[in-house]
Amino acid sequence: MRPFTYERATSTADAAAAAARTIGSRFIAGGTNLLDLMKLEIETPGHLIDVNGLGLDRIEPTKDGGLRIGALVRNSDLAANAEVRRDYGVLSRALVAGASGQLRNMATTAGNLLQRTRCPYFYDTNMPCNKRKPGSGCGALEGYSRQLAIIGSSDACIATHPSDMAVAMRLLDAVVETVQPDGSNRAIPIADFHRLPGDTPHVENTLVPGELITAVTLPKPIGGRHIYRKVRDRSSFAFAVVSVAAVVQPDGSGRVALGGVAHKPWRVEAAEAAMPRGAKEVTAQVLARARPTHDNAFKIPLVERTLGAVLAEARS
Amino acid sequence: MAVEFEVTRRGVIVGGAAGAALVSAPHIEARAQTPARQATVPLTLEVNGKRRKLDVDPRTTLLDALREHLHLTGTKKGCDQGQCGACTVLVEGRRINSCLTLAVMQDGQSITTIEGLGTPDKLHPMQAAFVRHDGFQCGYCTPGQVCSAVAVLDEIKAGMPSHVTGDLEADPQLTNIEIRERMSGNICRCGAYPNIVEAIAEVAGGTA
Repeated sequence: MRPFTYERATSTADAAAAAARTIGSRFIAGGTNLLDLMKLEIETPGHLIDVNGLGLDRIEPTKDGGLRIGALVRNSDLAANAEVRRDYGVLSRALVAGASGQLRNMATTAGNLLQRTRCPYFYDTNMPCNKRKPGSGCGALEGYSRQLAIIGSSDACIATHPSDMAVAMRLLDAVVETVQPDGSNRAIPIADFHRLPGDTPHVENTLVPGELITAVTLPKPIGGRHIYRKVRDRSSFAFAVVSVAAVVQPDGSGRVALGGVAHKPWRVEAAEAAMPRGAKEVTAQVLARARPTHDNAFKIPLVERTLGAVLAEARS
Repeated sequence: MAVEFEVTRRGVIVGGAAGAALVSAPHIEARAQTPARQATVPLTLEVNGKRRKLDVDPRTTLLDALREHLHLTGTKKGCDQGQCGACTVLVEGRRINSCLTLAVMQDGQSITTIEGLGTPDKLHPMQAAFVRHDGFQCGYCTPGQVCSAVAVLDEIKAGMPSHVTGDLEADPQLTNIEIRERMSGNICRCGAYPNIVEAIAEVAGGTA
């Protein structure tokens, strides 16, 4: 691990200002992803700003009937929250489908949104990777790409976003609240939060340097059956090959978002009108522009079958 | 509040120890040079009921602080990247991977390691159950397994759901599959899983 200096932030505005002021600084909360990458010297911050003392660990109702989740609420606490279990079951299900009990006790809401890809070429510092080292090329394009993206990818990057939680957040139209280095606040709809790789896969979201996530808000509950189905290579503690988050209403209408297929949680609202007509039609529309590799073309029928299983479960 | 960085003689020694722990890293030669004089950060941990003051290189993980500074070597370093669970300890009663948090981030926290759960003369009930059910072979993962298992029973008692919990709004049941899912962050390469689950179920008073 490269040397760094360390400070504890005492207010959100101070934290954002300190981060903007100090070149090479990073916020640290749970640390489960950042420290792992620092040990590998993939992340090399010169300064760490510990935000764990900022008190952003509450879950409170919003005035319009939704829920405001503090940035530092741990994944395990969010999954176990009574309101989340009752009104946003798909979020609770997505959270407990991810990582391990120990990691969920550390990982935070904001950190989960910001976690980096688990593409093996990003992790292997002997390999080219445009995300880790812009301009070095993509080792995955001609390499082992079974786990990687099938849609929204580019010639520069076919990495996926690894989060389960973010897929449920996208389905629920969450909004990311931040404080910017000048002290002003911003609300970013989650659909606009994560970026596609394009020519700049190292730029993964729309935060400005130093901008700190303070909370994630959920709109008022939408009812329906909440289902998160994750397909992975072992039954626990593994990243998704594909995952399907869905809320299905009694009349068959609903919403669907996918994990494990793109650089961000993948949702095509226009395709949701086809929900009552079944998985085949929805999948055809959601993945209409898919550009899989030879290794991961199987994900297209896998999404269709997984969504089919989800819709069958919703009807049962 | 910026933490004041003290440069001490002990800090230099600490920096050397942290370097030694990294010798197994394959790209060690490629690492940037460690500064000759290492700034350290003072912190206090309450470890197994005792207040312990430390000065550490900010890079020191909680795991290395416990093992290399406090010489509590019961907590094991397996993968050092949060995948194996050998380093599991309890912080304020909650299980975490001590390899993926910095010691400075835990300043003022109460830590329980395997040494704090039981002693050879007075085993914790979970330790005794692991012995009774032969819940190990080589024993390397066992301290992490035991710490994790103690926390798992608390989590079930607190009604926290897992991936295999059927009804999100009902209290989770203490079944074999619940224990296995909740223990998935602790790997046992000897494959003692069936006996580990039996040991945990016995302590819980259930029949898994």
